[in-house]
Amino acid sequence: MSSIFDKFAPLQEQHASLTALGRSPADIEFQEIISPTEATLNGKRTILMGTNNYLGLTFDDEAVEAAIESLRTEGTGTTGSRIANGSYDGHKELEKELAEFYGMRSAILFSTGYQANLGAIAALAGRDDYLLIDADSHASIYDACRLSDAQVIRFRHNDPQNLARKLERLEGTSGSKLIVVESIYSMLGDMAPLKEFIEIKKKYGAYLLIDEAHSLGVMGEKGRGLCEQTGLEDDVDFITGTFSKSIGTVGGFLVSNLPGLDIVRFVSRPYMFTASPPPSVVASARKTLSKIAGATDLRKKLWDNAGQLYNGLKAAGFELGPTLSPIVAIRLSDSEKAIALWNGLLDAGIYTNLALPPATPFGWYLLRSSISAAHTPEQIALAVDVCSTIGRELGLIAVSNRKNAEEMQVNGAKTLNGASEKRPFSTSEPESAVPTRAGAPVARA
Amino acid sequence: MNGAEAVMLEIQTHLRARAGESAIIGPDTNITRDLGLDSLAIMDFIFDLEDSFDISIPMERIAEVQTLADLAKAIEVLQKEAA
Ligand SMILES: Cc1ncc(COP(=O)(O)O)c(C=O)c1O
Repeated sequence: MSSIFDKFAPLQEQHASLTALGRSPADIEFQEIISPTEATLNGKRTILMGTNNYLGLTFDDEAVEAAIESLRTEGTGTTGSRIANGSYDGHKELEKELAEFYGMRSAILFSTGYQANLGAIAALAGRDDYLLIDADSHASIYDACRLSDAQVIRFRHNDPQNLARKLERLEGTSGSKLIVVESIYSMLGDMAPLKEFIEIKKKYGAYLLIDEAHSLGVMGEKGRGLCEQTGLEDDVDFITGTFSKSIGTVGGFLVSNLPGLDIVRFVSRPYMFTASPPPSVVASARKTLSKIAGATDLRKKLWDNAGQLYNGLKAAGFELGPTLSPIVAIRLSDSEKAIALWNGLLDAGIYTNLALPPATPFGWYLLRSSISAAHTPEQIALAVDVCSTIGRELGLIAVSNRKNAEEMQVNGAKTLNGASEKRPFSTSEPESAVPTRAGAPVARA
Repeated sequence: MNGAEAVMLEIQTHLRARAGESAIIGPDTNITRDLGLDSLAIMDFIFDLEDSFDISIPMERIAEVQTLADLAKAIEVLQKEAA
């Protein structure tokens, strides 16, 4: 008899084959969270190198205290949506503080970053409008397109010329055009060529929305992101973002300097039909957000750390993303070796993200790590060292890169025993195990 | 050769470049099932076609397409709309 789950057979197979090779990323569970950079995994103390905890603020004393205080005075949840009983003073204050932080007229708070993209994009682009999205967009942007009634046109990743051509073809149409890009792309850590996109947006009278998920707190003098860093804040119409990375909690937002933004509250389904963030989450988000502008030292530490990891892995001979950023991804084309490297790192007590096609660009297998200001040089040196040892054993990098890499290791990490444990590569991995259909959104995780 | 045939020929040329010379390519070929292309390769194939025909193919249109004949038809319609 057929089952409703039959269609997922290829996915089941992928999950099973990952498990057979060691573990499946979906099954990773941490027991004890020791610090922003360490947890235990099946009893083993593990360095966390893939958590998006860019500034390491998840255990910030004041943010924790603010949440506890709020829990005691406001309770565990709002049990209602923003348009019913779910708007407390804290929600309104946080919106004000977000608008002030960005120096923009208004801000709208959502329950997650995913919902902020879904709610902002689907509300802003309606019937007769056009959405122009980067092909490498995050799943939340692709899903927003499905929720929107607008026509959706993709342009090649980070390709202003391709975008221009597509806007040119739309000349003479009456609907609004909304371009959607991301600041730092979550898989490879590459960045949008914002200046070029803005020139094009102006030329064709389009609007531009940028998702600053991975750049809030990370880029810019005051931590406002790529727009601040490039001095282009006045030319961007909408910014979305999340509290789930540098802010260290959960929640999302839309900010804009355009008058009339508040109407989104009345048309955005992911805003209206879900419970608002719990007051304790709002309290810690407010506390942490208040520290972002002044967190210059943490940002410097973050970029120093990113540089240590990026340059260390590069010197060892690994192929990485095109630009240095706190997202450092090792690009691999061999699935079994990628899985073996990921497992080998875990065996040695280092957690990274394993990202598989089609959630990755060019069908690459990615070992993605996101660095934190809270990492120590010793932790990073150890990660580079273990990665290089396993990489050499797997034939991913040449043995001759050893000296090169060691010279990069200013902090002289000790070699970890256990990292050299050989893994069998016998199970074959289906090439693209995730079912697709023509035109299926190729959303990045 | 009429317009429809020209469109199909162009599609086939681009597809062979991605799926290989030996790929069996005809009007009834199912794009996702029969060619061994993953969703990324299909996306790039669509970008090729957009350049080649100088049209934009909105995602909703692609979602309706299953076979190469469907695709050719969609392209013809988009060409007419653009003209
Ligand atoms: C680019 C991008 N946008 C949006 C999100 C969604 O954020 P959240 O975790 O708050 O739902 C993420 C994180 O997964 C992301 O990487």
